[in-house]
Amino acid sequence: MTIDLTDQPVTSLPQEPVISARDVRVWYGTTRGAIRAVDGVSFDLAPGETLGLVGESGCGKSTLGRGLMGLLPDGAKRDGEVLFRGQDIFKLSPKAAYRLRGAELGMIFQEPLTRLNPLMRISQHFEETIKQHEPRLSKDEIRDRALEVLRLMGIPPTRYRSYPHEFSGGMRQRLMIALALVLRPAFVVADEPTTALDVLVEAQIVQILNDLRRNFQTSLLLITHNVGIVAEACDRVAVMYAGRIVEQGKVADVFKNPQHPYTRELLRSTISLSTTGLHYIEGAPPDLVDPPDGCRFHPRCPEAMNVCASKNPVNLERPGGGRVECWLVGPEDEIPADGKQPLKQQELTVADEA
Amino acid sequence: MRGIFRTLARPFTETAGLARWMLVAGVILTGFFVVCAVFAPWVAPYGFAQSSAHGVQFPKLGHPSSDHWFGTDRLFFDVLSRVIWGARTALEVVILSIFVCVVLGVPLGIVSGFYGGWLDRILVLVMDALYAFPSFLLAIVFSFLLTNLLGGTVLAVSLSLSVIYIPQYFRVVRNTTLSAKEATYVEAARAIGASDFAIMRRYLFGNVIQSVPVLGTLNAADAILTLAGLGFLGLGIQSTDAAEWGHDLNRALADAGGGVWWTGLYPGLAIVLLVTGLTLVGEGLNETLNPTLRRRRLLPVIMPPRESATPQHEEPS
Amino acid sequence: MPTKPDTSSETSSLVEVRDLSVHFELRGGTLARLFGRDSGTIKAVDGVNLALRPGEVVGLVGESGSGKSTLGRAFLGLVPATHGSIHLRDQDLATLSRRKLRKLRSVVQMVFQDPNAALNPSMTVEEAVGDALRVHGMKSARDRRAGVVEALERVGLSPVELFLSKYPRDLSGGQKQRVVIARAIVLNPELLVADEPVSMLDMSVRAKILQLMLDLKTDLGLTYVYITHDLATAKYFCDRIAIMYLGRIVEIGPTEEIFAHPRHPYTKALLAAIPDADPDRMVPRDLPRGEIPDAADPPLGCAFHPRCPEAIAACGWESRDLRALVEEHWTRADAAYDEERPVIGDLEHLDAPSTSATIGTGGSAAVRAILDRIKDEDTSEPLWSGVTSIEDSGSGVTVHFEPAPPPALRRSGGVEVACVLYPDEGTDHSRS
Repeated sequence: MTIDLTDQPVTSLPQEPVISARDVRVWYGTTRGAIRAVDGVSFDLAPGETLGLVGESGCGKSTLGRGLMGLLPDGAKRDGEVLFRGQDIFKLSPKAAYRLRGAELGMIFQEPLTRLNPLMRISQHFEETIKQHEPRLSKDEIRDRALEVLRLMGIPPTRYRSYPHEFSGGMRQRLMIALALVLRPAFVVADEPTTALDVLVEAQIVQILNDLRRNFQTSLLLITHNVGIVAEACDRVAVMYAGRIVEQGKVADVFKNPQHPYTRELLRSTISLSTTGLHYIEGAPPDLVDPPDGCRFHPRCPEAMNVCASKNPVNLERPGGGRVECWLVGPEDEIPADGKQPLKQQELTVADEA
Repeated sequence: MRGIFRTLARPFTETAGLARWMLVAGVILTGFFVVCAVFAPWVAPYGFAQSSAHGVQFPKLGHPSSDHWFGTDRLFFDVLSRVIWGARTALEVVILSIFVCVVLGVPLGIVSGFYGGWLDRILVLVMDALYAFPSFLLAIVFSFLLTNLLGGTVLAVSLSLSVIYIPQYFRVVRNTTLSAKEATYVEAARAIGASDFAIMRRYLFGNVIQSVPVLGTLNAADAILTLAGLGFLGLGIQSTDAAEWGHDLNRALADAGGGVWWTGLYPGLAIVLLVTGLTLVGEGLNETLNPTLRRRRLLPVIMPPRESATPQHEEPS
Repeated sequence: MPTKPDTSSETSSLVEVRDLSVHFELRGGTLARLFGRDSGTIKAVDGVNLALRPGEVVGLVGESGSGKSTLGRAFLGLVPATHGSIHLRDQDLATLSRRKLRKLRSVVQMVFQDPNAALNPSMTVEEAVGDALRVHGMKSARDRRAGVVEALERVGLSPVELFLSKYPRDLSGGQKQRVVIARAIVLNPELLVADEPVSMLDMSVRAKILQLMLDLKTDLGLTYVYITHDLATAKYFCDRIAIMYLGRIVEIGPTEEIFAHPRHPYTKALLAAIPDADPDRMVPRDLPRGEIPDAADPPLGCAFHPRCPEAIAACGWESRDLRALVEEHWTRADAAYDEERPVIGDLEHLDAPSTSATIGTGGSAAVRAILDRIKDEDTSEPLWSGVTSIEDSGSGVTVHFEPAPPPALRRSGGVEVACVLYPDEGTDHSRS
C-alpha cells in the first residue's frame, strides 16, 4: 500500500473540532498522596486529523488516553471537560459512556495478544463488536462489513474464521485496528500501537495509520514515545512532560523550530542515522505527587531563569501556530524585574538520573 | 531496625477494609493463646496433672467455683489449668511440626523445581500420593508408627503432623521455583558463573518463599484440629505427660451424660478460638501480602477547583 | 563456506566462531509425541561464521527471530551449541564441561536488556555486584567490597556509599543498568556481550549509557558484541555490523560501508524503515511485505525471498508463496472472492513447504483462468519467473517451481552478503 504525502489532509478547512479538551486532570490515589498524572491538559482535534502525543515514560500520556476513554482504575479521579461533538463526555452517565465507546470512541492497545479472546474466532470478535452497537444487522451483513475493513488492513478473507493465536504479531495489531475501526468511530486513541513490534512491521502499521485519515476520516490520538513515528504519521504533535503539554503545533513546525527547551532536548537526545554526538538530558522526570514549583522542567532545563522556579509559565501561542508554555517565549510583561537572570541550579548527578 | 518494623507493620498500615480487620482480630486471638502458652507456669493456678493443693484433694467433677473457675474433671484435675497448659502443648506441637515441614519441604521444592527431570517426577509422585490420602487417616497411621518408635512424646506427634503438610509446602515452593528460574536475573547469575547451589540459595530462595508464611499459619490452624482429633482418639499424648485439649474432650464425653458441661465446653471453646484466630491471621495475611488481592488504603484524591479558564484555542488549520 | 572477513589481519582473533548452529527441539502436541514424530526444530542460529578482533565492536543487528540474542548467549555458553565451534583462547566453548565453562565466565560477560529483570530483587547493589567476585573465589568480604566500589565508580555510580545498600526497586532504569554493567566488568572480562542494553531505557538516558560503554571500552580494553534491532545506535557504536535474518548472517562488513552502500534488500529495508524525526522525510514506499516467518519452518531457498522487493527467479520459490499470492489477490477490494473461492478450494495444504504445489478443486481450466487473472494483475510479480511448469492434475493444477539453495555469503565490494543479486567476487578459495 503506497501513499502519497502530497495529498493534504482534509483539515485545511476550518471545522468544528471532533474533540475539544479543556483543563483535563487525572489524579491517581496512592498510599502516599495523589499522583497528578495529568494536570491541566487542553487540546483540540479536527476531523480526520492525527495528533501525536509524545513524551517519555511517566509523563502521563497513557493516562490521558485512558482518561479520555474512561478506562481508569479505582481511586483515580478526573476533572475538566472534554467535548465530543459538543457533548461533554466526562459528564455522561456510565451507560451513555458505554454506548459511546466502540461506536464513536475507539481504542487501540499496545499488546494485541492480550486484548483478544483466545477462545473466540475472529468472526466472533467482529460479530460481538458489531452486534453490541448495531443489533439489527444480519450475520452476512456483519461478515461483509468485517471483510471490508479487514481488506483495508491487508488481512485476507480466508483468515476470517481463524483464532487470534494463528496470526503473527503485526497481523494481530492490524486486527486490533480493524476491530477498533469497523464501527467507523469518529475518534480513536492508539496507545503505543507499535512499541511491541519489529521495525519493518512497525513501518507497515505506521503506513496503515497514515491511511486512516483518507479511508476512514477518523481523528486519531497517537500516543508514543517514538519521535520518529510522530514525524511520519501525524499532522500535529503535543509534547508532554510531567502531566502537562508543554508544546503543541504542526509537526513540521515544532520539529524544525522547537520553542520549548524540553522539546529541543528531546529531539537532540533522539539517536537517528544522522546523529553525530551523543546527547542526553540530565536528571529524571519529577515525582508527580509533589511536582516542582513553577515550571516543572526547570530543574533539568539548561536555560532556566529565576522566574521559572517560582511562577507557573503561561500557556500562550507560539510563533508558527500552536501553543507553548515557557517563560523564554513570554509573556514579557509578567516576568518580574530580576526574573530573567539565569537560575542557580543544583547540580544533577547520577543519583538523580532517569 | 526501623526498616524491619516498618515491613512488619506494612500489612496493617497499608491495607484497608475487611482484610485488615481479619488480621487484627486474628492476631489478638492468637496472641492471647500465645501468652497463655508462654506464661503457663505463672498464669495457670495449678499444674496440669495436679490433683491436690495444700494437702486438700480437688473435688471430682466439681462445679465451677471460686477455687476452680472452670471446675474440675473426673481425674481431679483443674480444668482451667489444663486449658492453659493445653495451649502450651498445642503450640509446641504445631510450631515443631511446621518447622519440620519448612525445613524439609522448602529445600525439596526448590531442588525439584530447579533441576526437573526424574528427580522432580519422583518427588512429585511421592508428594502427590501423600497429599491424596485423607489427611486424618494418614496422621493416625503415622502417629501409631512414630509413637511406637519414639513414645508418646511431643516430637512423635509433631512429626506425624508434618507428614501431612509437607506436600503443600513442596508444591507451592516448587511451582514458584519453576517460574522464578526463568527470570533474567537467574540467567544473569549463570552468566557470572554461579554454581547451581549458589543460584538456589542466593537467587531463588528469597524470591520463592513469599507464600510460606500464609501457608504456615493456615497449616497451624489445621494442625491444631488434627492434633485435637488424634488426642480425642486417644492417640499421641497421654494426660499425665501433658495437657491436651482433644484428650480432655474424650474424657468429657462420658461426663456429658451426667450433666457435667464444664469439662467439655472449655477445652472445646479453646480449640475453636485458637483455630479461628490462626485462620483469621492466615487469611488476613493472604489478602494483605498477596499483591493481586491487596486492597490498599488509597488516600482520597482531592482536586482543587480549576484555575481561571485557559484562553480559548483557535481551530487548528 | 564463506571465508573470514578480514583475512589480512595481523592481530589474531579473540573469538572465532565457525559454522555455529544452535537448534532447539520443539516439543510437539500429545499426539505427535504419542506417535514418536518429531514436531520441529527451531534453527535459532544456522551456520554462522564470525571472528572478533580484540578491541573491536561488532554489531549483531536483526529483528526478533533473527538469532542475534541466541548467538550472543552462545558466546557465554548459556545455550548449548548443536554444531560448530566457538574458539576463545584456544578453548572450544562448545565442548567444555560446565565447570570449565564457569571458569571462563570471568573472560566473557553479558549486559542484559531489561534492567528491571536482570537484578535479583532481594539483593542489594553491593551483594549483586559482589556475588560475581564471590563465585569466583573471593572469600573476604572486605576484598569484595573493594572490588565492588571500584566497579561502581567506573560506571559512574558515585557517591558509591549511597548506592551500596540500595535495592533494585529503589533505583531508576538508568541506574539499574549501570549496576548491571558494573556486575559485568567487576571480573575484568575481555569480551562483553551487550544484548539490547539501552532499548528499555528512556531516550534521555540512552546516550548516557552508550557513552559509558564507549568509555569503558577505551579504559578497560574491552571487545564488544552489541546486539540490537536499532540500526541507528548500531551505526554510532559499532566498527563492524552483521545483519542477521532467521539465524543466518545475510550481510556483514564495516559500518560505513554497510550504511553507505547497503546491498542486501533486507539491509536496505531496515535502513529505510527507521523512523526519523525529520518531517521532510517521506514514509518509505517499497517496504517488504509480510512478516518474519515461523523459525521452525523457514522458507525454502533464500529465507528472505517471500518479502523481498527485489526477488528474482533464482531465489527459490515454493508452495507457501503461491498461497500468499492468492490470498493477496483476494485481499484486493475488487477481487471476486466469493466466486473464486470454491474453484480454488482450501489453501491450508500449501503450508507444507514444497517446490510443487497442487491447487484448485473446480476444474483445471477454471483454475488456470484464475491464475492467469492473478498474473495479469501484476506482471512484475517475481514468483512467476520461478515457475518451471504448470500441469493439469485432477480437478486442479500443479505448479512446479525451480528449486534453489539458500545463498551463501560472498564478497561484494568491502562486505560479505548472502544474496543472489551479487555475484561472488571473492578470489579466496571457499571451504566446502
